[in-house]
Amino acid sequence: MGGYILKRLISAIPVLLGITIIVFLIMSLIPGDPATAILGSYATPENVEKLNRDLGLDKPMVQRYFIWLSNMLTGDFGRSYSLNRPVIDEVLERFNATLILAGTAFVLCSILGVLAGVISAARQYGLADKAITFIVLIGISVPSFFLGMMMILAFAVNLRWLPVSGMFAIYGGGDLPDLINHLIMPALALAAVATGVIARLSRSAMLEVLRQDYIRTARAKGVPERRVIMGHGLRAAMVSIIPILGIQAGFVLSGAVYIEIVFQWPGVGRMLVDAILKRDLLLVQGGVVFVAACYVLFNIAVDVAQSLLDPRIKT
Amino acid sequence: MTFLRLLFRNRLAAMGAVVLVAILILVLITPLLPLQNPDTTATADRFQKPFSDGHLLGTDHLGRDLLSRLLHGTRLSLAVGIAAAVIAATIGSAIGIVAGYFGGRIDNVIMRVVDMLMAFPYILLALAIVAALGPGLMNALIAVAAVNVPFFARNIRGITVGLAGREFIDAARLAGMGHTRIILTELLPNVLPVIIIAMSTTVGWMILETAGLSFLGLGSQPPQADLGSMLGEARSALISHPHTSVVPGIMIFLIVMSINLLGDGVRDALDPRLRSGALSRPLPTTLVDRQGDIPAATDDLLAIQNLQTQFHVGKRIYRAVGGVSLAVKPGECLGVIGESGSGKSVTALSVMGLVASPPGVITGGAVRFQGHDLIGARYETLRQKRGDRVAYIFQDPLSTLHPLYRVGRQLAEAIQSHHKVSSAEARTRAISLLKDVRIPNAESRVDNYPHEMSGGMRQRVGIAMALANEPDVIIADEPTTALDVTVQAQILSLLYDLRRDRGLAIIFITHDFGVVAQLCDRVAVMYAGRIVEEGPTDAVLEAPAHPYTKRLIACVPELGGGRRALAAIPGLPPVVDDLPPGCAFAPRCAKVQDACRTQEVTLAGAAPRAVRCLFPEEAL
Repeated sequence: MGGYILKRLISAIPVLLGITIIVFLIMSLIPGDPATAILGSYATPENVEKLNRDLGLDKPMVQRYFIWLSNMLTGDFGRSYSLNRPVIDEVLERFNATLILAGTAFVLCSILGVLAGVISAARQYGLADKAITFIVLIGISVPSFFLGMMMILAFAVNLRWLPVSGMFAIYGGGDLPDLINHLIMPALALAAVATGVIARLSRSAMLEVLRQDYIRTARAKGVPERRVIMGHGLRAAMVSIIPILGIQAGFVLSGAVYIEIVFQWPGVGRMLVDAILKRDLLLVQGGVVFVAACYVLFNIAVDVAQSLLDPRIKT
Repeated sequence: MTFLRLLFRNRLAAMGAVVLVAILILVLITPLLPLQNPDTTATADRFQKPFSDGHLLGTDHLGRDLLSRLLHGTRLSLAVGIAAAVIAATIGSAIGIVAGYFGGRIDNVIMRVVDMLMAFPYILLALAIVAALGPGLMNALIAVAAVNVPFFARNIRGITVGLAGREFIDAARLAGMGHTRIILTELLPNVLPVIIIAMSTTVGWMILETAGLSFLGLGSQPPQADLGSMLGEARSALISHPHTSVVPGIMIFLIVMSINLLGDGVRDALDPRLRSGALSRPLPTTLVDRQGDIPAATDDLLAIQNLQTQFHVGKRIYRAVGGVSLAVKPGECLGVIGESGSGKSVTALSVMGLVASPPGVITGGAVRFQGHDLIGARYETLRQKRGDRVAYIFQDPLSTLHPLYRVGRQLAEAIQSHHKVSSAEARTRAISLLKDVRIPNAESRVDNYPHEMSGGMRQRVGIAMALANEPDVIIADEPTTALDVTVQAQILSLLYDLRRDRGLAIIFITHDFGVVAQLCDRVAVMYAGRIVEEGPTDAVLEAPAHPYTKRLIACVPELGGGRRALAAIPGLPPVVDDLPPGCAFAPRCAKVQDACRTQEVTLAGAAPRAVRCLFPEEAL
């Protein structure tokens, strides 16, 4: 198993390099003088000159890429001009908040989605199946940012059950119950679409599995139906559900950008949007590379989980 | 045409289509409607409620008419979303076709890049592009299109690879056509439908994504507004004046949902597997809908009495089992023989309600175990008998053993489903069961997964599983068909010993008379869902009475019998949804007479033999 993880990590290196190249190429699309574009309204002539020197804009592109890459490898992602602090510090701090939000949403949508899919498949054409199909249809059609706004209206403004926005209460907050209180709405809003998608695909994965001969064998042995579904059926269906979870994790991470804006969550998505509006491009560049790299590593974890689940995969 | 009919039979899809068309018509005629200028501000009239004078949907924070802004915004959102979809589809498909058509290194390089692009959570890529190009609707459009290019490239490449190897492409190449011409005239027409379907399923998504970027303030810039930026601007007044948020939000929801509904409908209508209803899961027990009298109990151990099992697919009814009666006593081995599709497996599965349902339905007769009728019995009654009193051995153990559980666990589970036994004890039992079926190194084999064993080994596991609870009856459904001859001989002798030592009753289903001769006391021959002949094995083999039995025996090659023409039976068994009156074998029978085609033929003869033939080979 250790060898397999190592192998997958090594195979991720070209992907990670590819990501840096793509981001580098996109950033070189900037029209006009990059230093001015990057510094934007914060530019003073000295800053522009310094940045030009820092970025080595007199040097050829390939050389510039390698300088940027080697700096990143030593943890130097450059300096944010709008915040006046190292990019990596800001990204790490913000990523922490995003991880709490997106992680919670991911756990929620995985559990709820798979459960709904299994129930739906086991009760195919029954009342529960129809109800779940209907809710799922609504769920995947509501834009997460609109859903978030409507939740604020319903649960924060009208019912006053939950705080409107933010990660912690301004006065007297900061502990775990306070965090959970602030987390409930954004996590649910973020999980909604992915829950729907996972429920749909889990349902068809289960339907596919339940038709297999080994399910008939389990029934012929006299295994109780609950175990046939939740054991034999789900276990086999997980092999095709796990990759779906991996893909949905990417969508949850993407959706977090909107949810962080709606709920004023101090995450990396809101940081990126602010940075774009302020033309703080080094912060954008660093944030994008960092989050994309984390996502690639997460996908390796998904592959490893998959190989643990399916003994037929050669490790 | 059938496609459209199928699509609109789906009521949800039709509803989606209606909503979508209504919205499309509305935005197309928007410039003609008597609307106020969407950008005219009137600060005195800000935040008017819906249904107020002159403003059907009220006004926004600058006093602009919401209805007018909504329709113009929808127009813009749809235009941008569709434009992004067309651009992404065109570029992505072009890349996909080139990669798939040329293959080799070009394909390799292109697909590597595509994979890398897909390694990004899509929004990061979109944000990076908008960051570089600067916020603005055009740049948002470019970003959304670019993010979706890899999706099209990968899908279309897959289709193209499949097509590029086909004869008509080779033919075009041999005819001297250039690459460009082949791609445009031969490949593109075949790929186009797939491109259009992929586009129809993603266009809703792209409308949503551009709206999202505008919502973040990175898309359309004021005063121009699409649905996303309307929602984004309204957000600051969400709590005080929610209607300014609700109006554009519901419009986005309606658009996305109607496209989703329509897309689902399109996919379902195109997927032939869904059309036949094949993707339904089997219920825990076969459905029972019994008509007619229920036969009285007998003193047999297991008696199948006038069993009728059908498959209901759409309006067609397949009579897979049309009134079959069989019985076994303790220690007896009954062979059931017939071609594929003769209903022998369905008969066997009906006993414990294991026929997949839907589409299977048991419509008549009874199955009595020790006198108690199992058809229509409660699930729990049936479950307690399954594997405990009546056990099955199935064909093809690779697909009948669970691929992700160790065989020991599967054996232990068979025991623990019926007896309260500790896991350690169950494991010990599992090992001794593996020894009983003569698996070498049972102690280590118990931890194997099915894919780590050979076919013969897996079949032994299947037998061990059937023996786990020392059942009274074993129903073996072609247990040796997937195996080579030497392994088959071992398995047969194993079954023979078990039967002798433990007094098991065996119902042995096969298409091989050789196997029947070796193992069975009695044999029943099935054809088109009915028994056409039955009797003691020796007697039937020696003097078959039914022409079908005779020909079936003649099909078996004899070792040392010298060269002789093997007499294959001409024709195929009939499809059981529309059986002709009279004898089902008549169309293939060499001795057929007119009476055979009109008259109902009954199973008749002096016990223990019986035959269903008007002109039997042997008088019984």
